[in-house]
Amino acid sequence: MTPATPMAPLVAWEALPLAVLLSSLLPGIGIMLLAEEQRRLRTWLNLGGALLKLVFVGLLLQGVAAGGSYAWRLQVVPGLEFSLVGDALALLFVTLSAVLWLLTTVYAIGYLEGGANRRRFFSFFSLCVTATTGIAMAGDLFTFVFFFEALTWATYPLVVHVGTPAAIEAGRRYLVYTLVSGAVLVLGAVWFQVETGGVAFGSGGVVDAAAAAEAPGRYLAIFLVLLAGLSVKAALFPVHGWLPVAMVAPAPVSALLHAVAVVKAGAFGVTRLLHSLFGIELAWDIGAAGIVAALAAFTILYGSVRALAQDDLKRLLAFSTVSQLSYIALGVALLTPTGQIGGLVHLVHQGIMKITLFFCAGLLAETVGVKKISEMGGVARRMPVTMMCFSVAALGMIGIPPVAGFLSKWYLGVGALEAGLPWVVGVLLVSSLLNAAYFLPVIRTAFLDAPASDVAWKSGGRPRRLEADWRLLVPTVLVALLSLLSGVFGGWAWSPLGWTEFIVAQGEL
Amino acid sequence: MTDSTLFGVDPSLFGVVAVMGPLVGAMVALRGTPRFLRLGLGIGAFSALLAAGTLWIALTRLDPAGEVVVRTLSGGWGAPLGIELRADGFAVVMLAMTALVGCAVSLYSTIYFGDISSERVRESPAGRGARFFAPLWLLVWTALNGIYLSADLFNLYVLLEIVGLAAAAIVTLAVTGKATVAGLRYLLVSLVGSLFFLMGVALLYLEVGVLSLAGLAEASLSGPLPALALAFMTVGMAAKTALFPLHGWLPPAHAAAPAPGSAVLSALVVKGSFYIIVRLWVDVYGIGPGAGVLTLGVLGGAAILWGSALALRQKSLKRLIAYSTAAQLGYLFVMFPLLASPEGTAWNADAWAGGIYHALTHAVAKAAMFLAAGSMTYAVARDDLKAISGIAHRLPMSFLAFGLGGLALAGLPPTGGFVAKWLLLRAAIAQGGWGWAVLLVLGGLLTLAYVMKVLRYALDRTDPPEVFRAVPRRMEWSALGLGVVAVGLGLRGQEILLLLESALPGVGP
Repeated sequence: MTPATPMAPLVAWEALPLAVLLSSLLPGIGIMLLAEEQRRLRTWLNLGGALLKLVFVGLLLQGVAAGGSYAWRLQVVPGLEFSLVGDALALLFVTLSAVLWLLTTVYAIGYLEGGANRRRFFSFFSLCVTATTGIAMAGDLFTFVFFFEALTWATYPLVVHVGTPAAIEAGRRYLVYTLVSGAVLVLGAVWFQVETGGVAFGSGGVVDAAAAAEAPGRYLAIFLVLLAGLSVKAALFPVHGWLPVAMVAPAPVSALLHAVAVVKAGAFGVTRLLHSLFGIELAWDIGAAGIVAALAAFTILYGSVRALAQDDLKRLLAFSTVSQLSYIALGVALLTPTGQIGGLVHLVHQGIMKITLFFCAGLLAETVGVKKISEMGGVARRMPVTMMCFSVAALGMIGIPPVAGFLSKWYLGVGALEAGLPWVVGVLLVSSLLNAAYFLPVIRTAFLDAPASDVAWKSGGRPRRLEADWRLLVPTVLVALLSLLSGVFGGWAWSPLGWTEFIVAQGEL
Repeated sequence: MTDSTLFGVDPSLFGVVAVMGPLVGAMVALRGTPRFLRLGLGIGAFSALLAAGTLWIALTRLDPAGEVVVRTLSGGWGAPLGIELRADGFAVVMLAMTALVGCAVSLYSTIYFGDISSERVRESPAGRGARFFAPLWLLVWTALNGIYLSADLFNLYVLLEIVGLAAAAIVTLAVTGKATVAGLRYLLVSLVGSLFFLMGVALLYLEVGVLSLAGLAEASLSGPLPALALAFMTVGMAAKTALFPLHGWLPPAHAAAPAPGSAVLSALVVKGSFYIIVRLWVDVYGIGPGAGVLTLGVLGGAAILWGSALALRQKSLKRLIAYSTAAQLGYLFVMFPLLASPEGTAWNADAWAGGIYHALTHAVAKAAMFLAAGSMTYAVARDDLKAISGIAHRLPMSFLAFGLGGLALAGLPPTGGFVAKWLLLRAAIAQGGWGWAVLLVLGGLLTLAYVMKVLRYALDRTDPPEVFRAVPRRMEWSALGLGVVAVGLGLRGQEILLLLESALPGVGP
């Protein structure tokens, strides 16, 4: 099923990927040069960049669907180059981050209203999105590592944004994890280049199978070093510990970065590692993919179990992220196309569902001051729309149709059976039960319980028509709708699922 | 080659401009009034930029094979007595680096010392710094450019003495007791180092009777006496370059100097003596594997670890940066064993490119950091890390400049440090030098640790300083300008590396 009806690319401009990158880089730099008080200009730059990015991404999508190819290269030094490509796989991730960037920017403008250092915040926010875009469109390992490392430091000022000792400590922990793993990644990448002579990504892998067959141990070692470098951002057990701590950041940061950008960079990296560098067959032959699958399966269960015990809503969501991310790694490690589709599409599905949940958590914290599940009794009476959105996304996470998450799990399960790995289905089932066990009580508390007598909901004085600031509420409703519609219209060629099937059909994995 | 002139001028003339321009500037600046100080700096900066630019073009356009521009100075005397200047790719790259950093430092220094238009201020102790910095720094500039272009050992000796004397005088400009002691100690080390160098030169002259670098290279030196000479010269230069364990003089001297002085000393002056070591080991003696290069590498490795560990323990901002210089210089010496490996293939060129590229990046980044630190200490009138609490919110530009410099030192994208680290790692891994590879990675992480220590204080808002003096914009911008150059080096180094590789014997085109 391809989205391509016979048509020609609207724009055949090769450097379109660069335009996508610059559409968030330049606003980021521009905002840095503005003064703190230039609020209006800052907002225009921000939204202008986000909208422009969407336009560029749209053109790319149409062009790629029509069979066009887009690549931009710049020689950095002899033997190393920047390479940005807009292929179907890259676009899956780019589109996700571009759409969510726009919505999160609106949300963040409302959320941070009146706060300090908004110039720094929005500037680095744009830089983070730039780095994510670069990761998605990287055409070789050098470019990938370049943006992967850049994402690390670009996120730091956002994690420590509030400047409290707890935030600074979380920032320190975040950096220790990500920088050490980044150093390992660089080591692995250079080793890969020395061993294979190149760094370019290629469909079906670029490692010479004969060479790997001669020294499977060495190639497995290279794979594991690279995996170790990627696993921190992918939040694989046992190096997931930074993620729950980083929840001290403002809600939009948790939403976009810790549900989408940073962690997806890791998961996307694992995909590239398995499919664009080693090739999935070779990865199974040398035993590498099996390790990924086992690690991911364990992390799925581990994250869910840890989520059970959380009372802080954002921490619960963080552990849920740890668990859900590994669906992606597990899926792309499977040998069957169906399983790979399930993993890859979860990159998008998890993103839109989790951002909904974080938006809701932010709404609750900001509007009524509720941060813990134990304080959520009856909160749905005060904020019905928010809790409706929350419920949609939570049901999706559990895997209840017709929300998007169901499709991911279905494809994953079928794919695992086709691959002859029935235990994966067991993992999926147990994990879904655990998901239900930690999400359903939250929903029940919010809708059915009476408010505890000692909870005084913070309220904003003047009566309003909406239950919260529209800049917070509208993006939340939109992403909740997206989660629902991606599931309902999964059969449509332009849905995340349709596009993922297009990727696999193109042989781009 | 059809035309050996550039815009109708013999390009070799610009070698003379590179040396004489700053010297004329120094004489003009000796007048000591603000106008003459600025005029002197302007003359120096203009001629240095002009010389570097034209020689660069001359090398790439007129004579891409590498060698060179020859000019004999001093009235009609032939090669052995006249002063001969040579410029190859390496020399020109160093000229350009010095010109770029020098311009930023010069700009910064015109305002750092405050308003000295009144006679009374100029005669005060603090005014002395203002009056003498420009002439001294221009003298350093003259001698450094001379070192890069010098074609024989005796001239090198004379120029080294000029650099040493002027640099030590710059340290004492801070007019504190500490600075005087540190400056005198520096002077002593510098003189002893020069003496060692002179002894080596004398030994060589005894043996072969030539002092020109080209003549010595042709003599293909071997045997005990030339080896002893090399040892003498290397020890002397290593003391001036502050190679572990001869680094003890550096941190107090670089920390005590006035900020633009610290930038000059750390970024440029130590590179002068390093340049001579490279010339001797690579050009004159013809580098090969052995105990010599291994010793340099091991000492470099020790410098990285020891210098970083001490940097981490510092409580004063400028001392921390100074210890970082001691550590970073270590990378330059790790280059030697990688360059000399018997496996010699294309990867050897990587060691050369990576090592020198690191030297360039370090010059730019370290100058940016010292200038930014100078702005911070200028604002709070103190130098301990506690005093800069929360400065990121007060001086965002300086904070950014410092951060970019720190990223470059740690080898993180998007800076030149990332490219340099990649190249060095590639050289190490290709030769199976895993010890060196791990050392490089570890060094990067240690660098991050001490850079982050500064950033954490700068971001912490709990205990803001009570004193705050507004910082002139020119100071902030000149530091940030260098930070941007460090980023530029990370995006495009193609031209620089082609030029550098043309200067590496045996590898060039």
